[in-house]
Amino acid sequence: MKDIKQLSVSAIQNGTVIDHIPAQNLFKVITILGLDKIGSQITFGTNLESKRMGKKAIIKIADKYFEKDEINRIAMVAPLAKLNIIKDYNVVDKMLVEVPEEIGGIVKCMNPKCITNNEKVNTRFKVVDKKNVSLKCHYCEKITDQEHMEYL
Amino acid sequence: MKNRSLVSIDDLSKEEIFKILDLAEGFEKNPNQRILDGKVVATLFYEPSTRTRLSFESAVNRLGGRVIGFSEASSSSVSKGESLKDTIMTVANYSDLIVMRHPIEGSARYASEVSNVPIINAGDGANQHPTQTLLDLFSIRKTQGKLDNLKIVMVGDLKYGRTVHSLLMAMSQFNASFTFISPKELQMPSEYKMYLDKVGLKYKETTDLAENIKDADIIYMTRVQRERFSDPLEYEKVKNVYVLRNSMLEGTKPNMRVLHPLPRVNEIHTDVDDNPQAYYFPQALNGVFTRMAIMALILGLK
Repeated sequence: MKDIKQLSVSAIQNGTVIDHIPAQNLFKVITILGLDKIGSQITFGTNLESKRMGKKAIIKIADKYFEKDEINRIAMVAPLAKLNIIKDYNVVDKMLVEVPEEIGGIVKCMNPKCITNNEKVNTRFKVVDKKNVSLKCHYCEKITDQEHMEYL
Repeated sequence: MKNRSLVSIDDLSKEEIFKILDLAEGFEKNPNQRILDGKVVATLFYEPSTRTRLSFESAVNRLGGRVIGFSEASSSSVSKGESLKDTIMTVANYSDLIVMRHPIEGSARYASEVSNVPIINAGDGANQHPTQTLLDLFSIRKTQGKLDNLKIVMVGDLKYGRTVHSLLMAMSQFNASFTFISPKELQMPSEYKMYLDKVGLKYKETTDLAENIKDADIIYMTRVQRERFSDPLEYEKVKNVYVLRNSMLEGTKPNMRVLHPLPRVNEIHTDVDDNPQAYYFPQALNGVFTRMAIMALILGLK
């Protein structure tokens, strides 16, 4: 029975496993990384037990490796995520997500009077506090903090 | 600064600020230089601001340039639903420089990214109004002979007042100390106080006007607006409290000057106007010289 259980999220030969995603943010991670638009085989599991974070999600993407900049885009929604780089069924490298200096898109500016909420303008922020993730809008210069963060 | 937009006071280094103030001094001595001859400046005012617009237009005219533009959104293609991007890209074809006032915050930064001529931000909502800050700095330096180590007292609406926030940030580069005098509802936002703590500058916060202006080098007055109060009763309670009267200026430092970005309603009693310490009308004139300097530098004419 134990073997069947493990098969529910099957192992991959080559690719990337993203672990420790907060279960409620799984689909945000998928959208941010554009996984809904790529041709690779993808399996994911969600609401899995995790001692550290309650319910977690995991994504396995076959034949896909990420650049550091690319993966850091999920820092807002999955700051504790851990990546395992798989080659020939073995974990050959691990990566942690880092909060980037600047982020574009992904997050909505919380200021309703900001140009990004009034015209077709992509959001852009400078990360002013990495620990508590607080963002300063490149346009209106107002701060969007974690509590008020909404995703696009 | 040639061909660069001026969107936020933070875009300027200390050296660039001095360069603008020095050049403005030159224009003060000789305001009729026709260096903008053959240039077209567009003034796009999506919300009315008579003072700022006229000050810019006066500056352009005295330097021999031409002005095109509109003074309210209803008389422009915006009322037909045109996007800001389209308006800017079109007007950039007609002009060498665009001066813009817009109610949406961040609109000037965005305009500077889509325009192929420089943009001067003449106010974007509650965000930035850098030419006001520069004319305030010019006025402070002119009246005090320096910018360093001054005592700045800010009075009135310190919560929403864009000009006081920008002035605070600018003066914090010059080792200023501050007194913030306002009703409780309109206190200086904590982000600015945290910033002063971080850079190690002193400030005092109080609700009492008369007792806290004696050691000021500059008293910067602002308007307390009724619409800022959630409770109309609170407004009624404070509306006549933050009014500067001539009698209060007794015992203040002789070098002290009273500044106000204007328009004034009743926060400076008219009996202050004849006091030589009143400086808000010369301050408005300084706006013309400062804007001349900014435009001349951006257009690469100085």
